[in-house]
Amino acid sequence: MNWVACYTLFRKEISRFVKVWLQTVIAPVITSMLYVLVFGHVLEGRVEVFAGVSYVAFLIPGLMMMTVIQNAFANTSSSLIQSKVMGSLVFIMLPPFSHLEFFLAYVGAAIVRGLAVGVGVFLLAVLYVDVPVHNIFIVILFAILGSYVMGALGMVAGIWAEKFDQIAAFQSFLIVPLTFLSGVFYSISSLPPFWYALTKWNPFFYMIDGFRYGFFGQSDQPVMTSFLAMSGAAIVLTLVVLSFLRSGYKLRDS
Amino acid sequence: MTESNTAAISINQVSKRFEDLQALNGVNLTVRQGEFFGLLGPNGAGKSTLINALAGLLRVDSGTLEVMGHDVDKGYRQARQKLGVVPQEIVMDPFFTVRETLQFQSGYFGIRNNDVWIDELLEQLNLADKQDTNMRKLSGGMKRRVLIAQALVHKPPVLVLDEPTAGVDVELRQSMWRFVKRLHNEGHTIVLTTHYLEEAEELCDRIAIINHGQIIALEDKDDLLARGLGSKLVVRATQGISAVPGELKDKVLKLEGRTLELSLHKDQDSIMEILDRLRAAAMTIDHVSVVNDSLEDVFVQMTGNSSAESQGARR
Ligand SMILES: Nc1ncnc2c1ncn2[C@@H]1O[C@H](COP(=O)(O)OP(=O)(O)OP(=O)(O)O)[C@@H](O)[C@H]1O
Ligand SMILES: [Mg+2]
Repeated sequence: MNWVACYTLFRKEISRFVKVWLQTVIAPVITSMLYVLVFGHVLEGRVEVFAGVSYVAFLIPGLMMMTVIQNAFANTSSSLIQSKVMGSLVFIMLPPFSHLEFFLAYVGAAIVRGLAVGVGVFLLAVLYVDVPVHNIFIVILFAILGSYVMGALGMVAGIWAEKFDQIAAFQSFLIVPLTFLSGVFYSISSLPPFWYALTKWNPFFYMIDGFRYGFFGQSDQPVMTSFLAMSGAAIVLTLVVLSFLRSGYKLRDS
Repeated sequence: MTESNTAAISINQVSKRFEDLQALNGVNLTVRQGEFFGLLGPNGAGKSTLINALAGLLRVDSGTLEVMGHDVDKGYRQARQKLGVVPQEIVMDPFFTVRETLQFQSGYFGIRNNDVWIDELLEQLNLADKQDTNMRKLSGGMKRRVLIAQALVHKPPVLVLDEPTAGVDVELRQSMWRFVKRLHNEGHTIVLTTHYLEEAEELCDRIAIINHGQIIALEDKDDLLARGLGSKLVVRATQGISAVPGELKDKVLKLEGRTLELSLHKDQDSIMEILDRLRAAAMTIDHVSVVNDSLEDVFVQMTGNSSAESQGARR
């Protein structure tokens, strides 16, 4: 393991999004605050998902996780596709990175971006509503796991794609629908049986459900189930990305 | 094998196919340490494909490539550490300044605190006053010089330059060559591709000519030049030349006013005989000169191509 190489690439990936922080950190935080204001205003007092938890408070962790998910994915996928389209991919293909160094640097930066937007949403939200924190370690664990999984998924998409539109399609047809249907705005136990069963196949559901447990100590599924589902996803995606890197798939065949 | 007699680059039976195009066809090539090596060939010959394969940017279908004895696939970490590549295309990362770009690139090769060498590179490549400029705001020639600096951050023993002088002005081209020559004198092995054949003629010790994915010549520069079919006889008459004797008609390269250029085959033709014939045809000769074949002439004779677009070996 060459830590200098890995750390440099990690730092480069971080400064890439920090240089445009308005767009990469502030904008998503504001978007999710708009959800809080709109849905919170409309539904407050009409819906009570967990006993003793106001709807707006219930909404916050789901929105935090949704923002974390989308931004961790965006960080790795857009960086890779941009390097491909601009041709600057050669600068990271020429150095002697091991596959693991390369993977950890990208996913590490995605986690930093995920945590940055997550914390951003939280800090603004607590100005507006009281959000309890049942177990901070579970909150942090799920935030890291969620952004790890999505950073790795973003690498899969970024390695596979050849154009920006393909990443955009990945986001609009997969990531956004799956996050909206994963129980960000509701508890899935309120769903009809068919949709309830279907949602249990949605990996994003476990990210949000486990994360929410960290705040309220209540969840649809046992938190251990969510943890195992996330860890399983993390392992599978890690292996997929490493095998892509090892084979040079779409990165070393032009 | 000891480090010192390992080949800088060793390419064995390398083939690569792009769909219906055989881009590399059984290429064998060895570049010794310390050589200044020229890789020449018309557009589409396979030069960049070969360089990309060496850099691990591209997987070949068969054959092996080594840099300083390290296989570019199995020993890719060592091989890449020993190799610096200046790609043909101008590319950059628009997020960073020149110095940041070079600092990141150093780190990728595991080097921290490389600023002394980075300063020297910036100085030598006339980029010192642009070091804090964003990459996006550089001119094409400046971007190319940053590419050269990037290839050198880790002081690779083997440096491959894929058309480094395209788009670089005359003055900077000369200072660039001074710098590359200095690196060569310090022991770096240099491999160069260029379409400016005078550059190759001046700089390279040994030259390979590649065409349709195959090496068609691999020789010391002087031997290659000697392989030229001959030279050119330039005759200036005192008056406008109206006619050329029949037996010399085939040799005429150019006839313009008082100047006549004839091709001269090195084994078959005698200058004296030709001049006698011209005098016999009542020409008064004012001045005669012989121009030896340049690398360009040899190149054109061998590739049958005047550096114009050529198709690969399509099947
Ligand atoms: N990724 C690719 N896919 C398909 N064909 C390719 C690819 N890269 C190169 N080729 C083809 O392979 C042949 C060799 O290309 P290459 O870039 O190696 O030529 P070159 O000798 O570097 O030419 P030039 O002097 O123009 O740079 C060309 O016919 C080119 O069209
Ligand atoms: Mg080329």
